[in-house]
Amino acid sequence: MACAAALLGAVIPSLASPPFVPRLQEIPLRLELRGITKRFGDLVANDHIDLTVEPGEVHALLGENGAGKSTLMNQLYGLLQPDEGEIVVDGVARTFRSPRDAIAAGIGMVHQHFMLVPVFTVAENIALGAEKTRAGFLDRRRARREVLEVSERYGLPVDPDALVENLPVGAQQRVEIVKALTRDVDLLILDEPTAVLTPQETEELLEVMRGLSDAGKSIVFITHKLKEVKAIADRITVIRRGRTVAPSNHPATAHNRTEAYFSPQTSEEELASTMVGRAVSLDIDKAPAEPGREVLKISGLVVEDERGVRAVDGVDLVVRAGEVLGVAGVQGNGQTELVEALMGLREPRAGSIMVDNENLIGMSTKHILRSGIGYVPEDRSHDGLVKEFSVAENLVLDQYDRPPYGNAFRLDPGAVATAARERVEQFDIRTSSAEAAVSTLSGGNQQKVVVARELSRPLRLFIAAQPTRGVDVGSIEFIHGRIVHERDVGTAVLVISSELDEVVGLADRIAVMYRGRILAIVSPDTPREELGLLMAGITDGGTPATGSPAPGTPATGSHAPGTPATGSHAPGTPATGSHAPGTSAPGTSAPGAATPGAATGGAATGGSGAVAPGGGAAASDDDKPAAGDGAAEKGTK
Amino acid sequence: MTAVSTATAEELTAAAPARFWDRQRRLGVGVAAIGLLATVLFGALAPSETARFTLSEDAAGAALSINGQVGAIAFGVIALGAGAVLLAGLARRYQTGVLSLGILAFVLSFLCWQVAGKFLPLVDTVSGTLELAVPLILGALAGVLGERSGVVNVAIEGQFLMGAFGAALVGTMATSVWAGVLSAAVGGVLIAAILAVLAIRYLVDQVVVGIVLNLLALGVTGFLYERLMQPDAQSYNQPPKMPEWHIPGLADIPVIGPVLFDTNALVWLALILVFAIHFGLTRTRWGLRTRAVGEHPTAADTVGIRVRGLRYLNVLLGGVIAGAGGAYFTLVATGSFNKNMTSGAGFIALAALIFGRWTPFGALGAALFFGFAQKLATYLSAVGSPVPSQFLNMLPYLATIVAVAGLVGRVRAPAADGQPYIKS
Repeated sequence: MACAAALLGAVIPSLASPPFVPRLQEIPLRLELRGITKRFGDLVANDHIDLTVEPGEVHALLGENGAGKSTLMNQLYGLLQPDEGEIVVDGVARTFRSPRDAIAAGIGMVHQHFMLVPVFTVAENIALGAEKTRAGFLDRRRARREVLEVSERYGLPVDPDALVENLPVGAQQRVEIVKALTRDVDLLILDEPTAVLTPQETEELLEVMRGLSDAGKSIVFITHKLKEVKAIADRITVIRRGRTVAPSNHPATAHNRTEAYFSPQTSEEELASTMVGRAVSLDIDKAPAEPGREVLKISGLVVEDERGVRAVDGVDLVVRAGEVLGVAGVQGNGQTELVEALMGLREPRAGSIMVDNENLIGMSTKHILRSGIGYVPEDRSHDGLVKEFSVAENLVLDQYDRPPYGNAFRLDPGAVATAARERVEQFDIRTSSAEAAVSTLSGGNQQKVVVARELSRPLRLFIAAQPTRGVDVGSIEFIHGRIVHERDVGTAVLVISSELDEVVGLADRIAVMYRGRILAIVSPDTPREELGLLMAGITDGGTPATGSPAPGTPATGSHAPGTPATGSHAPGTPATGSHAPGTSAPGTSAPGAATPGAATGGAATGGSGAVAPGGGAAASDDDKPAAGDGAAEKGTK
Repeated sequence: MTAVSTATAEELTAAAPARFWDRQRRLGVGVAAIGLLATVLFGALAPSETARFTLSEDAAGAALSINGQVGAIAFGVIALGAGAVLLAGLARRYQTGVLSLGILAFVLSFLCWQVAGKFLPLVDTVSGTLELAVPLILGALAGVLGERSGVVNVAIEGQFLMGAFGAALVGTMATSVWAGVLSAAVGGVLIAAILAVLAIRYLVDQVVVGIVLNLLALGVTGFLYERLMQPDAQSYNQPPKMPEWHIPGLADIPVIGPVLFDTNALVWLALILVFAIHFGLTRTRWGLRTRAVGEHPTAADTVGIRVRGLRYLNVLLGGVIAGAGGAYFTLVATGSFNKNMTSGAGFIALAALIFGRWTPFGALGAALFFGFAQKLATYLSAVGSPVPSQFLNMLPYLATIVAVAGLVGRVRAPAADGQPYIKS
């Protein structure tokens, strides 16, 4: 079959005449999705979607959360079955009843939430489902050897004997990719692969993707991050509300009728507005902060997680009234535990948490909430809402036993309903009625319910953890606006987010958290490369001398159009600008001055900043020894 | 390119719990406390007479002898010492050994007190322990199969009862032990099949289903016993006894010989299954997939493993094993079926499974320990000990509570244990 497929693959690209030219002609797998439709009850998740992936192509699937990208790919991988339409592999229509069929047809998938058994070794995880046996027993040596072979061939270092639960996410992702590659897949689906990665890890991943594509593998890359798409994709398909969206100047190709692609040259603005369906601006408008008194003062905070590991390891932080302090960092570096300790949900081992000179440690969560602290938890469906309750009830979850809503014995449904109507209006919560169960709302509107509840009492401190996770672009704009507004009325705001763009856009100061510690507190104008290095735990050493985007580039958000300057390179950020952790980015002001010039120059280059292809990666390579030198230099002083 | 970012300039120590009262020290306190109890209390109570642990069947034969009081104090001091070593802190790999030594010394101290002035037949004790442990081993192995694939099996008790009943009924009617064993397995599978369908297909809470099935088995066997067996025991409730196989040569080894090589097939089956399931789980494709399905069923599904199919298979296999364990009650232990004759053994098997940390060898060890406690309870009431035998009968449950509370080793169930798999 592989032979026949190879023949077919060699013929088909030469017959077709799409604008895209495959990199290697002898690649076997060519995939076509024709009129794929999937319904869940009344909801049409995929509405007649057509898509072709050429051999060796990196095809980006771009769309908002809930647009139907993952649904489409789950059908391709056999996890869901389409209601209509067909999947055509190398010209033959196929039915995938389970992932087994998809794998057999040469299709592999790396899921957004890794599909690895934590207590298994890397080799066991990779062998699982395709185990080789010798005399009835597992052939472990062969499994190890296969892992090492694949990992060497594609430059994906993994240790076959490590337990998966001990690996960082970046390494787990490599394991997932190796897992797919050992199954000889020719088409790899990557579902939001960069969501959990540091900028550096993302850069590595893009490099791996290029390598795979050169080796003839096709890749479907699901994402909502525009910069990555532009850096890596050969063609882009945009999905909005279950349908593919055609570019406005869609060329009617003879080769197909309905397929509609964007080229990677399409501007970020156009991609963003196509994705959302209207013009969007995610540049967060905000005036300079006017910080007042110290509201929150955390010192020496140590918090342990369930396993007794120090998740928060000596954190000192101050948040002032009227400023937004953003905590940046890759997920799982202690942010969750920090917030839980602040809210009295987790008992700290040591340290103090003072709010206006009142120690929060030992207070109940209810008491903390009522002392003027608002809290948007990172997982709204788990911690923020009671899904079966109505919108109105969810809006008073913290106030139900207080006037006007009720007292210790009774609830006043009238007052609850009145308040709910007001909030629904005020916070633009799109719901059929305030009495509808909150689970019937979209993710964005659910989040607005949480935000509305927390912001409708007078606050001293507002803590928002991942405030826009899984939220549509429109709601993101709205929620960001409310957060900035809260700051402007003089509340101290603490925003924790693993989306670097969000932190950079909202924060007046950024604290970078890594393995339970605050590595540095920097200004939001700090170059992204530097923030990325901090997020990866590299504190001292050279600011990248080349390849860094201009510092001071405003909010180069993933959805942020209107920043052509993202491609600009700061002319020679001095390599000597290394600084110790904790200092407020001293070396950044000088290069920052050069921004306007750099921005205009950079626009012409058409590169793309943080995820600069090729050159950027090479630059990082060169920076590595520089970073080491910097450390050594610092040590000798 | 690959070396760029994952290496960090400084490796911060992530795991640095500086708690003084870590698990080892808490264990140490516990062991030292029981050691102290043994030294002082058992030492004081033990009469200064010889305690004889006889090696052969007759009381006058070869024996290990020790002065009861001296023994109680000496072993108590050893337990105390083990506790002190744990408190002082030692390398992790010795921890289990020292802990076991402490507990063993405590038990020996207790025995010295109880046996002083009397004798304890060792062969009888060991073989009695194993006999009482066999159904527990089989039941716990059934639990291992189910739970490692993610299905909690609380219905072991019910499977025992059905097995015991089936063995008695069919064994008598066919006048064949082996037909009895076979139908015992069928009885166990019957319960397992209901459990599997309700838990896997209809997503009913597995613990609730298990409890209901126990009641069902109790009711059905009790009813049939009263209506069928009691009026005509001759033709329905007199199964042949399982033959004991005497292996010449090996059976003459002292203590071990009569216990292991002059015994019935179910004992061997239980011991062989422990090894078979251990190697099956760790070394074969079936085992790898079973563990994957019990830990992360979605991951297993995405690599093409049939999650539900594998769970059905394992639960049904467990039914076969638990049913065979039930046969032991009628074909070996008593010789006839009686209403609710298992009297909670299925729950002790469940306890052995948890105490044994969901592993075959752990289950074996736990079952032997519980079997020993039961055997000792009979011995104590026979020699008129001041310690009520009910205390020893409590031991399995007490030990399980201690185990589940995390005092003995890290008890971690399979991650998806008890969670139905729903395809998204």
